[in-house]
Formats: sequence, structure tokens, C-alpha cells
Amino acid sequence: MPQNDVVAQLGLDEYKYGFRDEVEYKFKSRKGLDEEIVRQVSEQKGEPEWMLKTRLKALKHALARPWPKWGGDLSGLNFDDIYFYIRPSDGVGRTWDEVPETIKNTFERLGIPDQERRILAGVGAQYESEVVYHSLKEEWEKQGVIFKGMDDGLRDHEDIVREYFGTVVPYRDNLFAAVNTAVWSGGSFVYVPAGVKLDMPLQAYFRINAESMGQFERTLIIVEEGAEVQYIEGCTAPSYARESFHSGVIEIIVKEGARSRYTTIQNWSHNVYNLVTQRATVARDASHEWIDGNLGSKLTMKYPSVYLMGEGARGEILSIAYAGNGQHQDAGGKAIHMAPHTSSRIVSKSISRGSGRSSYRGLLRVDPGAKHARSNVECDALLLDEEARTDTYPYIEVEEADASIGHEATVSKIGDEQLFYLMSRGLSEDEAATMVVRGFIEPIAKELPLEYAVELNRLIELEMEGSVG
Amino acid sequence: MAEPLVKIVDLHAEVAEDGTEILRGVNLEVKEGEIHAIMGPNGSGKSTLAKVISGHPAYEVTEGDVLFRGESILDMEPDDRARAGIFLAFQYPVEIPGVSIANFLRTSLNSHRDEDIDIFDFQDLLISKMEMLGMDPAFAERSVNDGFSGGEKKRNEILQLAMLEPTLAVMDETDSGLDIDALKIVSAGINQVKQEHQNDMSVLLITHYQRMLNYITPDFVHVMLAGRVVRSGGPELALALEEKGYEWAKELSLA
Repeated sequence: MPQNDVVAQLGLDEYKYGFRDEVEYKFKSRKGLDEEIVRQVSEQKGEPEWMLKTRLKALKHALARPWPKWGGDLSGLNFDDIYFYIRPSDGVGRTWDEVPETIKNTFERLGIPDQERRILAGVGAQYESEVVYHSLKEEWEKQGVIFKGMDDGLRDHEDIVREYFGTVVPYRDNLFAAVNTAVWSGGSFVYVPAGVKLDMPLQAYFRINAESMGQFERTLIIVEEGAEVQYIEGCTAPSYARESFHSGVIEIIVKEGARSRYTTIQNWSHNVYNLVTQRATVARDASHEWIDGNLGSKLTMKYPSVYLMGEGARGEILSIAYAGNGQHQDAGGKAIHMAPHTSSRIVSKSISRGSGRSSYRGLLRVDPGAKHARSNVECDALLLDEEARTDTYPYIEVEEADASIGHEATVSKIGDEQLFYLMSRGLSEDEAATMVVRGFIEPIAKELPLEYAVELNRLIELEMEGSVG
Repeated sequence: MAEPLVKIVDLHAEVAEDGTEILRGVNLEVKEGEIHAIMGPNGSGKSTLAKVISGHPAYEVTEGDVLFRGESILDMEPDDRARAGIFLAFQYPVEIPGVSIANFLRTSLNSHRDEDIDIFDFQDLLISKMEMLGMDPAFAERSVNDGFSGGEKKRNEILQLAMLEPTLAVMDETDSGLDIDALKIVSAGINQVKQEHQNDMSVLLITHYQRMLNYITPDFVHVMLAGRVVRSGGPELALALEEKGYEWAKELSLA
């Protein structure tokens, strides 16, 4: 069945979160990245001297470091065209009434305060460079849980931040980790004391509003022994002709016997470069899960990682990517086994359509001494038409002979037989294609919180309108 | 009943991709409530006929017509034909991983209705149909045809038949790949559904072998060869074929 390009385009134009606000900013840096900008960011924040020094070291590294030649096409990203810091308001609201009206309305349109009341333990909301709202329900505060914007975290808990900052993702790790470390602003600071189990998720919401904006949030999550936490992040931006840039760094420390799960639903508009470093260290008998949904952006390069450092540590990375026309999702995961009896599972599913391209890029490493490691990697790609493209780049390095490793990769197309089968039961062609796609992502969608699963289904439906025909 | 439910007139069809002609002038009439069996050797075009009736995009009709309740359906999409009351039980049912049979059936059923069926009413209906067919309700939670045995796939087709209640059920080699026990179960299922609907459902049974007709008694039997119906008769025709083979039918068609 031939692709109907005109109708297909319509589906993509319906990006629901593309609205923009007129906001008077408190401070806006000039475009570009240099020492003056970094010093301005630091000064705006009134932070400790050691943090400024860290920033400057990272900046030096970032400016000297060559750009990656692998992954996606970064030629459209020019640091000289990006605002690296924009402060939308003063201070962090503890209630929504303390948040400037326009910005509050934006988050209301995104449904955040409503979700907060119903299903969340705490919410953080970041607008441009700064966190504008942060709250944690009292019952968790009483148990010693800390959930703040990263800037407040640094101010109020400097000793903890200093102990962990940059230990999981050092600025030398990659170019974008260096850029983030130099100009980081916002993000979340989470500390869960030993034995405390949050049974409702924490959520952070990231919104870029300005054109040519760079957002560099920094999140640090420490889960003490035997504690449990679930953290969800959502991202959207208006659609502009010019590119914006999002480059977060997320560091998670999961201590002995603790459990954590970090879920991202990234739905940036299609002019955003999304280059994120997410990594968790997992101690003995602890577990960490990354659930990663990449639906929006122009280019995403993102490989959530688990470093399984203690005996019996477990890691899971479940990801789903949708690459529509003009989008490239270069995503996957890394599992590094550094101790005996560690186990990991990576499941990656991608859907590509039209000129969209999805790549799975993954690393599975078993270090010497990590005896009896077990790992299973499964990547499945679904192509919606003849033009769509997918690639797989699995890297496997195993230094222990007794490791049990499974790797499976499949590429499938929505077949005419599948469509005909469903249509012969009365489903329209769009309904049929949507049903096949939903079934394909079901193993991951079922891991999402209900609200997000519904949202994901709605997005897929929107994207699938007229996608075959 | 003046007008037959289905009237196939001098139907010619070819493989859309390469123009190979498969159907070369099929004529057939099915009245309301009748059971017709179409028999024929491999390559005679009997499965192609089933697919063309349902609107499979791999085939192109070059001549003739298919009338359903007196109206041509050739310009209708497969989903429109389904909603009009035509059902095709597939010879090779397709796997839809990650989609439960219950979800699939509910979506299908809703596509046939003006208003979506209430979720509890749907559950009741599904369970009653599964009971009628002697199926375990847990079956409905499995992904559509994913990892099913041949028998399970065919039973799933019968369940869909029972749920969608078409006016014309085209059963494309439903007996193929089944052992004798599975064949009995599946045939009993078709009989159950047919009995429920009597004159509101007509059945077109496409089969290579006579054995299914031991369980489902057709009103008429047609023999297809090289893209045409060469002979029509009652159930006794199937028995004669079983005894004498398709070579006999070929000789008849040449005579």
C-alpha cells in the first residue's frame, strides 16, 4: 500500500504542546558558551566557590574536546546560536500561587498540578533554566525525604551534593556531560533515607519556552540502603524554526538493597537536540530500572546506563523510541557488570516512519571478576513504510567465560497481511496500523504509570493518523 | 427470496503484482442461510476467490462482479465489506503480538456498531460465546495468534465468527493443518454458530478435502479447476470426488 505523504505530514503537525508564552525574563545571557557566560550563571546562583571551579574545569574540557563523529548528525547544532542560561522568575514556588501567572498556566495546560494532587508524592517544574516550583507531600518530608530543585539542594545540603556530584557522570565522560557541568542549572536533588519506601512517584517536568534555548538540568538522586523510589520526568517545548538544545545529566546512586526506577517520557518538539547522559551505580543486592520513552526531538542521543558494582546487583533498561519524519532517535543502553552474580536486561523497541530513523546503540560489558553475570538484550524495530530506516549497533565485551549472555534483534514491517487481517474484522486502515503498533510497544507501555501509558497511546494514535494508506 | 445474498458473475482476477491470472470466470450464487462448499485441488483458485470476496489488496479484479445483496462490493475497502457482514476465516491467521484477543474482539465488534459496546456487556458476551465453543476464558487474554498451535489459530477464527455474527462467513481451508480431534472441535464450532443464526448466516466453505464435510453438511458442493467452477451438485458430489479424485473432475470439465 503506497504511503500517503500529505496525510502523513498532517499527523506530525499536530504536536499538542507546541504553544508558546510571552514571558519577561529576569535574566537572559547572551548567546554562546564561554567563561564569561559560565561565571554569569554561577554568579546568578550565588553558589560556593568549589562549584564555580568545577564549572570552569568542565568548560575548558568542553571547549577543547572534539565533537562526536558517531551517532546522529549534529551539524545543525551551533553553540554560538544558543542561549545557555535564562532565568524566568525569582525563587522557587512552594505553592502554584507563588509561580508567575503565565508559567503557572503553562503547567496547568500540561496537566501537572492536577496529576500532583492525584497520583504524585512530589513535583518539580522547571521552566527554561530554573526550577519554578517544587513541592513534596508532608508525609514524605517527615520521613526525611529530600526533594528539591538542584540549586536549592546545593544551597541547603552542600555536604551531600559535594560528596556525590560528578562521581557517577564525571565531566570528562563525554562532550555534553562537560557542557552540562559547565552551565548546569535546575534539575532535581533527591535524597531518600535508609529504609524509606516511597509508594507514590516523584515527578519532574521540564519545559523549554524560548527559541534557541539551551536547557541543562542536573539531577542527583541518592537512594540509601533498603530505600525505594520512583521518579518520572516529562519534557515538552514549543515548535520553532530554530533549534533548541537540551542536555541533562542524571546521576543516581542506589545503595545496598535499595530499589529505584527512573521513567522518562521525552516529547520535545521536533526542533530540539536532546543529548542526555543518564547513569546509575547499583550496589550489592540493589536494583535500578530505566524506562525511557523517546517520542519527540529532532535528534536524541541517549543511552541510560547501569553500573552493577555490588554482588547481586540488577539493572534494567526498557526503552521505546518513535522516529517520525525528520527525526533521528539514537538510543539504547549500557550495562556494565563489575561484580559477581549481577544481572541486566535491556529491551529496546523502536518505530520508524517516513524519513525517520531509529538506531539502537548498546554496550554490554562484563568485567574480569564479575563471575556468573547474566544479561539479556532484546532490540526490536518496527518499520511503518519502505522509506523508514533502522540500525543496530550492539557492543558486547565479556571478560568472564561463565557469563550467560543473550542477544536478540528483530526488524519487522507492518505487513499488508496484518493490516488486511484486522481490516477484514472491520477496523479501518489507521485503526489497524495503530493496533499493530500498540501491540508492539505493549511490553514497555505496561511498565509506565497509567497516565503516561494513556498519553503514549494517544500520541501513537495521533502519529498513526494517515501513516499508511 | 428473489435476490441471492451473494452473486458472483464471470469473475476474473489476477495477482496485482505480476498480473498472473487466477480466476477465469467464476459464477456462483449463495442464497440466505445456505451452506456451500467449494472444493478444488491446489492452485485451482479457491482461496483466491475467498480473498477476492473479502477485498485482499494482493488481487485485482479485471472482469466480472461480486454482488452482495444485489450491490457490487468491488469498490469497497476490506473493512467496509466486513461491516457490511462479510467475514473471512483465514487459512493462515496472522499474529498480532501484544494485542489480546479480548481487546482485538472488542475493537472489531465496536467497528461494527454505531455505539461502543459497554465493557461489561462485552465481557458477558465474550464469555457466553467461549462457553458455547467450549473454550477457556483465559484464552482471550493471550496475544492474537502469537505462538498459537494450528488448532488454536483456527479456533480463534471461529470465536471471531461467533462474536462478529456475519451474514456471509467465508471459511478458507479452515480444516487445513488440523488433526482429526481439532477438526471435530472446529467443525462443531462452525455448526454451533450456524445453528444459532440459521437463515441469517450463509457459509462458504473452502476446502481441499472431503473430510470436513463429514461434520458440516453443505447444501451445495462446487468443484473449482483452473480458476472456474466446473461442476456443482449436492453433498454426493463431494463423496464422488473423494472416491475418484480431482482427475475425474478434470475429465468432466473437459467433456
